[in-house]
Amino acid sequence: MLVIGAGIVGAACAYYCAQAGLRVGVVERGAVAGGTTSAGEGNILVSDKAPGPELDLALLSAGLWAELGERFGDRIELHHKGGVVVARTPDAAAGLDTLIGRQRACGIDVTRVGAAGLAELEPRLTRDVACGAYYPQDMQVQPMLAAAELLRRSGATVHTGTEVVGFRLRGGAVTGVRTSSGVLDARWVINAAGTWGGEVAALAGAPVPVLPRRGFILVTEPLPPVIRHKVYTADYVANVASDDAGLETSLVVEGTRAGTVLIGASRERVGFDRTMSLPVLRKLAAQAVGLFPFLAEVSVLRSYVGFRPYCPDHLPVIGPDPRAPGLVHACGHEGAGIGLAAATGHLIAQTLTGATPELDLRPFRPDRFEAVA
Amino acid sequence: MTTFVFGDKEIAAQPGQSVGAALIAAGYRSWRTTRHGGAPRGVFCGIGVCFDCLVVVNGRPNQRACLTEVYDGDEVRPQEGTGHDS
Repeated sequence: MLVIGAGIVGAACAYYCAQAGLRVGVVERGAVAGGTTSAGEGNILVSDKAPGPELDLALLSAGLWAELGERFGDRIELHHKGGVVVARTPDAAAGLDTLIGRQRACGIDVTRVGAAGLAELEPRLTRDVACGAYYPQDMQVQPMLAAAELLRRSGATVHTGTEVVGFRLRGGAVTGVRTSSGVLDARWVINAAGTWGGEVAALAGAPVPVLPRRGFILVTEPLPPVIRHKVYTADYVANVASDDAGLETSLVVEGTRAGTVLIGASRERVGFDRTMSLPVLRKLAAQAVGLFPFLAEVSVLRSYVGFRPYCPDHLPVIGPDPRAPGLVHACGHEGAGIGLAAATGHLIAQTLTGATPELDLRPFRPDRFEAVA
Repeated sequence: MTTFVFGDKEIAAQPGQSVGAALIAAGYRSWRTTRHGGAPRGVFCGIGVCFDCLVVVNGRPNQRACLTEVYDGDEVRPQEGTGHDS
C-alpha cells in the first residue's frame, strides 16, 4: 500500500497497516509533519466532542493513543494531562451542564467542578468564573515527534519532497500514482493529504470537499510549569461546530514540555492565505489574559499559522472510495486530526486486511456528499 | 555617555547601543545559561530571531540583548533557565 501524506494521519495509517502485515510506502510533497500536523497544539481530546460519530472515533482513538504512549514513552511526549473547560457566564454554565450530561451517557469521564474546584485544578486561573468541568481522558502529544516515530516504527519507505501529480488507473481502478519523480504502484493508495486531500481526490476523479479553516497560535516565552491542564473556555465547543465563515476565537491554553505556553484558537475561512493577522493575534492574547491574568506580564515569542481540513458536515473522510476502487481516504479531520489519527490508522488497517472495522465507517464514507447533492 | 549595571559591574555604553553590543564591547561573550544543562549562551544570530542572547533587564527576564536598547541607569543581570524560577 502507498500512503499520500506524511502527517500524523498518514503516519498512523502506515504504522497500523505495517503492524497488520502490509508492506507500506509513503509519498510526501514536503517534509514529514510539514503541514497541519506541525501547526496545532497536539490535542487528543474527548471533551470538545458532542455525542455522535466523531465522539465514537475520539474515544476509540484515546484508548489507542494511551497504548502508543506506553509503547513509545517519552519519545512522543504523550502526557495524560487532562482537560479543564471553564464556563465564565451563567449561560455558558448551562450549556456546559447540558453537554456534560450527554457526554457522560456516552462513556466520557467528566467531573463538574465549581469555582473552588477550578482554583484547585488551575491555581493561576481567573477567579471570575461560573463553573467548569474536568476531563481526565484528555491528552497532549508532541505531534511532529509522534508522526516521525510512527513512520520509523512502520518500517515504511518514505519519499519526501515527492509530489503526487496523478493517478494510475486500470478499468476505473487505482493501481498507483504518478509523482514528480516517477511512478509508484500499489494495491491500495491512501489519501492522507490532510487539508490538501480534496486536491488529491480530484486527481483520481473521486472528489471529496475538504477545505481549509485557518488558525493562529501564539507561543510564549518558556515558563516553569504553571498551567497544568489543557484549559479552554466553554464556547470553544460551539465555535468548533459553527458554520460561520467569519473570524471566531475561543480560548485554548496549555503548557508544553519545553515550557512555552500555547494560546489558540482562531477559526477563519479565508482559503490558503498565510498572511499574519495582528488583529487576530491581539484578540487571542487579550482573551488569554482574561482567563490567566498573570499572562499579562509574559512575553510572546512568536506565532504560527495553519489550515485545518474541514468538510461541510465537520466529519472526516475515512474508508474505501466506491467511485475509484483501490483508493482509500483518511483525511478531513478538521482541528482534531492528531487526536483522531490513531483510530483512523487502526480502522484503515482493519479495512485493508478484510477485518470488520471496530467502528461503523458509514458516517465517514467518501461519497456521502454526492448523495446529499 | 550611558552607563548601566551588569551584575555588580558598572559598564559604559554608547547612546543607542543594544545591551548585547555593549556587553560584547565590554568583553563579555555569554550572559545566560540554558534551561536544560546550564550551557552558556550569548549573541548567536544578533537579529532577534534565535532567542539565545536572553538577559534580565530591570527585573524583566527573557529580553533579547541584541534588540534591547540600553538606557542610562539600567540594571542588567545574567539569566539562568527560564528567568522565572525564583
